Amino acid sequence: MRDEPERTAGDDHPSRRSFLAVGLAGVGGLAVGAVAGAAAAQESPPPKSDLVGQTAVPFFGAHQAGVETQPPAHATFLGFDLDRRTDQEGLSRLLRLWTDDAARLTSGRGALADTESELAAGPARLTVTLGLGPGALDRIGLPASERRGVRPLPPFRIDRLEVAWTGGDLLLQVCADDALVVSHAARMLTKDVRTFGTLRWRQDGFQRRPSASGGDRRNLLGQVDGTANPEPGTTNFERTVWIETGPAAGGTTLVLRRIRMDLDRWDRLDRPDRELVVGRRLADGAPLTGHSVDDDPDLEATDPTGLPVIPEFAHVRRAHPSVTGTRILRRGFNYEVVGPDGKVEAGLLFAAFQADITADYLPIQRSLDELDLLNDWTTPIGSAVFLVPPGCRPGGFVAHELF
Amino acid sequence: MTARPAARLLAIAGVVTALVVSGCGDREPQPASDQASAISVSDAWVKAADEGMTAAFAVLTNDSQTDATLVAATTDASSTVEIHQTTMVDGAMAMAPADGGIVVPAGGSVTLEPGGYHIMLMDLTTAIEPGDQVPLTVEFSDGSTVDVTAIGKQFSGGNEEYTPSGE
Repeated sequence: MRDEPERTAGDDHPSRRSFLAVGLAGVGGLAVGAVAGAAAAQESPPPKSDLVGQTAVPFFGAHQAGVETQPPAHATFLGFDLDRRTDQEGLSRLLRLWTDDAARLTSGRGALADTESELAAGPARLTVTLGLGPGALDRIGLPASERRGVRPLPPFRIDRLEVAWTGGDLLLQVCADDALVVSHAARMLTKDVRTFGTLRWRQDGFQRRPSASGGDRRNLLGQVDGTANPEPGTTNFERTVWIETGPAAGGTTLVLRRIRMDLDRWDRLDRPDRELVVGRRLADGAPLTGHSVDDDPDLEATDPTGLPVIPEFAHVRRAHPSVTGTRILRRGFNYEVVGPDGKVEAGLLFAAFQADITADYLPIQRSLDELDLLNDWTTPIGSAVFLVPPGCRPGGFVAHELF
Repeated sequence: MTARPAARLLAIAGVVTALVVSGCGDREPQPASDQASAISVSDAWVKAADEGMTAAFAVLTNDSQTDATLVAATTDASSTVEIHQTTMVDGAMAMAPADGGIVVPAGGSVTLEPGGYHIMLMDLTTAIEPGDQVPLTVEFSDGSTVDVTAIGKQFSGGNEEYTPSGE
């Protein structure tokens, strides 16, 4: 995870590590017992249980994990190109390998032929989500009517797409609360591809780890992320995310956009202006017309001068279902890398799940392309689309119903 | 490193582990009295290869009160199959037939893995591609058998079988 070295040690906050080091040097074992799972506590055996590491998310089921799953702290998106010689039969073998590996790794076991299986222990809510891009769907021969809009997005005015982050025949989304676990799973799954294709891109992302004590998911502009997302377990979620009919029923689609953020320009904006750009308060994500993050923005509300409280150009207005007529599930992760010019490039790996890209996603993207003041600080530089097949049962493999 | 090579080898080849057996063991119904009926096989895989020799690996678990002994294996993928162990010869790892077979102890399990016990496919009749499902039949000393499906995996380790002179 080249863009987040501080997180690779696992569970403990850097300041805790410093505290622990002091504790070991100064007062012996006193501090050790207080810090569960601390990576630096090598002098005492690690505790048997901890808050994060032992939790496993079931791999098998009606839907693939990693969509409805509460987003964890770390995500790696891997895009692959299939070799020309990899035909439908070859693709099915790769999917069988991936399914087998993913089922083992997500349960905290090593993959088959895993020479570092210790790295899989403590799955930390690891999920592995498989997606098929247009090229893979061509190999399978899935008719266009069943693809749910999985084809390259039309060009948008705001796009500055780079080939390095765009397209891909296959996708792996690997997520966990532990960067070491993500790294190992990504490596094992990537090794499976060697005789079938090549890595096209890898995008590593991070978010605040979910915790009972709160703390919002936020993007690097400081905004609360994922506001107004459909709630898992609701009819709204089911209708928004899952494909209802056809061979891919129970699946979904993924649009992955790499959105660069100009943080240095954003710095020049005062807090009230920042809130007007989006139409939400920075402190808690509540709409400028509401009290809580869950309140629906009142797009009709005006201030004493008669101007809309949420401006015409505000991001939340332009993306609102009353304007676009549709909904999506956003499950984004932040990224930070050092670019070839030696400067830090930061942004958002914007991952949107919806039942149909054409019907659900494109109206929102068009609305934001037409008008959204946030575009002044954000630039899409990568774009990829995938069909995410339904989940599978033990003995089967992901996407088998599409063959 | 204080362990002598021979001791280290024993630790590799003879280790008895308590691996969790997955629910997808390919076990064929057998009369309760024979060895195979007490054995479940999991985590079976075979090193992908275009031709020549390759090896298959698995975890064998014995649920009974009696030891079972793996003595042979067959597969359509190879004209000859042998049960091998890896031993240290003059400081280098080399393979040799496992004399007397591989004992799966009562209530225990044995892991066939690179650098240890393995099922040697001596002469492939067809290429084994990654992701292939390779049917194998393993046979125990009382003649009872278990059918197994091993998945082809590309693997760059475990080459001691082919280069006994080492580095």
